[in-house]
Amino acid sequence: MFAIRTESLTKDFATGFWRPKPYRALDSLNLEVATGETFGFLGPNGAGKTTTLKLLMQLIYPTSGRAEILDRPVGDVSVKRRLGYLPESPSFYDYLSAEELLDYFARLFGYDAAERRRRVSALLDQVGIAGERRLPLRKFSKGMIQRVGIAQALINDPEVVFLDEPMSGLDPLGRREVRNLILSLRDRGCTVFFSSHVLSDAEALCNRVAVLAQGRLVANGRISDLQAFDVRGWELIVSGLTPESLDRHRQRLQRATILGERRYSLELPLEPAPEILLRDLISSGAQLVSLNPIRDTLEDFFVKKVGEQVSTRVGAKTAS
Amino acid sequence: MTLGVIRTIAVSVFRESVRDKVLYNLVFFAVLLIAVSYLLSQLTAGQDIKVIKDLGLAAMSLFGLFIAVFIGIGLVSKEVEKRSIYALLAKPITRQEFIVGKYLGLVLTLFVNFAIMAVAYYGVLGAVAWIDGAWFRPHWEAHAVDPALLKAIAMIFLQLAIVVAIAVFFSTFSSPMLSAALTFGLYVVGHFNADLKRFETVIDSKPVAYVARALYYLLPNLAPLDVKSDVVHGVAVPGTYLLLNTAYSVVYIAILVAAATFVFTRRDFK
Repeated sequence: MFAIRTESLTKDFATGFWRPKPYRALDSLNLEVATGETFGFLGPNGAGKTTTLKLLMQLIYPTSGRAEILDRPVGDVSVKRRLGYLPESPSFYDYLSAEELLDYFARLFGYDAAERRRRVSALLDQVGIAGERRLPLRKFSKGMIQRVGIAQALINDPEVVFLDEPMSGLDPLGRREVRNLILSLRDRGCTVFFSSHVLSDAEALCNRVAVLAQGRLVANGRISDLQAFDVRGWELIVSGLTPESLDRHRQRLQRATILGERRYSLELPLEPAPEILLRDLISSGAQLVSLNPIRDTLEDFFVKKVGEQVSTRVGAKTAS
Repeated sequence: MTLGVIRTIAVSVFRESVRDKVLYNLVFFAVLLIAVSYLLSQLTAGQDIKVIKDLGLAAMSLFGLFIAVFIGIGLVSKEVEKRSIYALLAKPITRQEFIVGKYLGLVLTLFVNFAIMAVAYYGVLGAVAWIDGAWFRPHWEAHAVDPALLKAIAMIFLQLAIVVAIAVFFSTFSSPMLSAALTFGLYVVGHFNADLKRFETVIDSKPVAYVARALYYLLPNLAPLDVKSDVVHGVAVPGTYLLLNTAYSVVYIAILVAAATFVFTRRDFK
């Protein structure tokens, strides 16, 4: 069973007042997320991530295509009972406290008073705002509102959680707590679908990622498959290297960066093997500090893919 | 539609209104106006009780209208503008339940406010009857603490329940300012609606007469719900008249709420 599935999901928005023209925010998105997966939905700002999440929450309707959550059409009330959603930069009712807000949402799930109290207390503790439970939300900082947002998304102990930029507005400590929270959700079998443009979050948390650029899916798969794990060069750190000796070997280097007195970081091509240069450097008095392979990171992959997409679009526009 | 969900949303609207300082101001001024009407009545020998009754009912009508319009236009649009609706609609509720809950919540708020204002109103009338009663009672067309006044209050309440439905309908697709203007506009038009029915007697053009007749049925007919003058002057308002107008109001409200849900369920929240 798939937790989330989209088929050619497309969304156009009308832009302009007098003669509105369609703007394609999402273009034929095909996506499948298995139950229990932690899925990262990546893309730069304006890529269509929030549009996709809004389509999945039926806050907007698709121009064409379809989407299912837990094998039911999106918007089905029985499915809503089993999911949680944190909107991007959430906003709640100023006149309520965090405790009252969570109680209000818990009521919508039909829990009795004792169950509501139990869930609200547990969640406020979990997201670290138990001390401010009775403070009106208008007095909350952005980071605290984000925590309230995460708590309300988990009020029903959901099977699938959608988090739109969950780390947004959080300090480093908060980011770590949310990461741990997502990991604990994963450990208990919950499907987590989160959007982000912070790649380190995806690298730390996800089984699989999809990369979106200008409304189109440009990559989709396991992080290990998407990252080019092939070594594309070597990073050699040496000390005791004289400038004269460095000059002698400069033609065999891609880049040399000075780290301190006679201490250098040297980037070498894949071929010839680094041992040859290393032997020559050691014979001229240098000492080896470290030797590491250079691989593509998810960020390199992301920049490359998004860049390709942008240049394709620009090229198409120029041609037309 | 689930009643539990509608009730939860309605109670949250009531709670929001209770915590809204604007609402307290409105109720305070309404109660104040009712009290001031007593002072004004001292200037009108023999007519004091009628002045108090008139001014009191007018105050309820006016401040009730402010509550209905100013809270009504924000009920839906504020949720959309502030994006609080995003998390709410992801919960196991339908958009229909959302609209109906919001509507009933404001009607409940209005009801509680009317109850407070009615108690203040009867309090002032009771005080006048106690202080001046012996002198002026022979001139009164109806008793000061006249239970029939409740009929007028109930009809004002029904008028405002229609106004809330109009405000909610407009707030599902237009800005708060435009919604307020349109709602106030319809409220005023609603009091002169009967003229449209008689339009054919003053104009020869048949098509214009048809349009006027169509508008008569389309626009709210609020004038029949205004029985203030009759009640104040001690004229009996039959139960069947009240029942028919209540039925009209309920049907008109149901159509408006259905139209609001129709618009709202098709709307994108960008």
